[in-house]
Amino acid sequence: MYYLWVFLIGGFICMLGQMLIIYTNITSARILVTFVLVGVVLEAFGIFEPISAFARAGINVPIIGFGASLAKGAIGAVKARGIIGAFTGGFEATAGGIAAAVVFAFIFALIFKSKTKS
Amino acid sequence: MSKSQTIIFKHKPVIIGSYSIVGPKEGKGNFGPYFNYVMKDDSFGEDSYEKAEKKMLESAIVGAIEDAKLKPKDIQLILAGDLLNQIISSSYAARNFSVSFLGLFGACSTMAESLAIGSTFIDSQHFEKVVCCTGSHFSTAERQFRFPLELGNQRPPTSQWTVTGAGATVLATRGEGPRIEMATFGKVIDYGVNDVNDMGAAMAPAAMDTMLAHFRDTGRTPDDYDLIVTGDLGKLGSEILIDLMEYNGFKLGLNYNDCGQMYFTRNQNTLSGASGCGCSATVLNSFIIDKLRKGELRKVLFMPTGALMSTTAAQQGETIPGVCHAIVIESDVVSNKVKPYGKSRALVNSDKQDDSESSVNSEEEDNTKNKGKAVAKKAKPSEKSKGKKTNQVAKKKED
Amino acid sequence: MDDKKRNEAYNKYVKAKIPKTRAWPSLFNSFLVGGIICCLGQGINDLILLWFPSLAEQTAWGYTLIVLIFIASFLTGIGVYDKIGKFAGGGSIVPITGFSNSITSPAIEFKHEGIIYGICVKMFTIAGPVIVVGIVSSIVVGIIYLFI
Repeated sequence: MYYLWVFLIGGFICMLGQMLIIYTNITSARILVTFVLVGVVLEAFGIFEPISAFARAGINVPIIGFGASLAKGAIGAVKARGIIGAFTGGFEATAGGIAAAVVFAFIFALIFKSKTKS
Repeated sequence: MSKSQTIIFKHKPVIIGSYSIVGPKEGKGNFGPYFNYVMKDDSFGEDSYEKAEKKMLESAIVGAIEDAKLKPKDIQLILAGDLLNQIISSSYAARNFSVSFLGLFGACSTMAESLAIGSTFIDSQHFEKVVCCTGSHFSTAERQFRFPLELGNQRPPTSQWTVTGAGATVLATRGEGPRIEMATFGKVIDYGVNDVNDMGAAMAPAAMDTMLAHFRDTGRTPDDYDLIVTGDLGKLGSEILIDLMEYNGFKLGLNYNDCGQMYFTRNQNTLSGASGCGCSATVLNSFIIDKLRKGELRKVLFMPTGALMSTTAAQQGETIPGVCHAIVIESDVVSNKVKPYGKSRALVNSDKQDDSESSVNSEEEDNTKNKGKAVAKKAKPSEKSKGKKTNQVAKKKED
Repeated sequence: MDDKKRNEAYNKYVKAKIPKTRAWPSLFNSFLVGGIICCLGQGINDLILLWFPSLAEQTAWGYTLIVLIFIASFLTGIGVYDKIGKFAGGGSIVPITGFSNSITSPAIEFKHEGIIYGICVKMFTIAGPVIVVGIVSSIVVGIIYLFI
């Protein structure tokens, strides 16, 4: 049943992104940046966890989740290791995602060619 | 009186050859049947789109020279330009011809710019045969000015579709064909538009400025032309131009249209229409020159507009300046279709049978109506006997 | 001064002239596709936890995101993702798949400029700011937490 909530919350977040596109005419890079920042802020204020427990993939799959893990990693590492954690924690928490994106992009770029839109 | 921007040629250069080549999507558009060659694949057998664009320009130049029944060695000068950085497509295409080359950049207005400069050279009788060429490619323009092709984003409703295509024209001192009567060189005009997705609005003021200069310099009115055609203002831009001209006391009637607006059919999903150097170049070198040769159009004001922007300037917050050059092409061929009937209605019917494409058809209807007008005008002895509307406009202008 | 006024008037006129498109269809599309992508992520996550019950929740999410990134990257390669994007707009930009698409698409596009100067250099032309802003802001948050 929680799939309904995942669908509704995830869809709503994406719709917010679309509203930004329509009403402010911003490009996709800016949208991604905005949502990552939102994720970092939500995590910093401790709001992300309760939403995540409820919405699950609905908020973890949107790039907000990426921002939240960055902040979460940094906060956790700071508490464990002091100031060096602020620098290492964020990357550690999101290393998997970034590395995957880079490596798959590299492989598929070698294999595929860009196709004209129609 | 202010200085004139218009050159009236004494030895009117003749268009003796023309050639147009387009991509598959363009081939399915409204002008599809008129193009000389429609590519089966956007990459044109090359491994990158830049190379495809270069090859398109090459084949357009070769095609136009062949159309003029000449050999490349007969040509004295190539004038060409395109949209890419350092106009590589043109220069690299010219590399394969052992002919003097002048690279031009007028963004999407390059076709008129090259024809105007070529005509000036020929008029001065320093050159006898000049090739003017330009082209653009959707995929190269897209990645230089916008985003990678595979990026999943949406295009705003004012955005335009860069035409994949190239057109070339051979100009000569003598020969058979339509003649270039005069050229108006435009100024760079900037009305402070900074939306890179709304080129039509950025370029419309430039078109207005050049058009006003042209009418001021020549004393003509829009009614003197069978067809006034702008390059790639698109749906929005051409509506803006009509408004701007009306504000300045000129009414653009049915004889006005825009290549970008006409280019694609409604369900081809191109939003505000076509754009790019190739847009006006391919329409001129197929449809317009075709009609001029047949005498179905007799006086055409061809005025493509260009947005002189780069991504760097846009990112630094600069607004988009526009430029527009105009040339007048006239044909002294009297159409066989016009003579026997003499009435526009018969013509419209015959045209309707010829073509199945609906929007080109309506476009032709407009032209034939105007042609009827023009022929009627010619029949009268004095040139001054213009319609009521024209007189009013002329009065307004004098005021 | 006069020019400035003229430009303002012109821009105002253009703004009024721009055709208004109805927002609802595209908002609905983005909602639908965004929701489906999130459900897909949830499905993958549940499957992973079903097959490997011993995994920590955080690790399972890591695998989920990697799978989603792989799917998006592959769809970008075969030229499907841009078609989804044309339909969905924000629906396919905001999820992590959009991030993957924004890295893979320039990599493929600039392949002709070579592996180093093409693929590797241009890979982050769109997604670069995301990583920069994300890292910088997370460091700021970390340092703030140090003093709390």
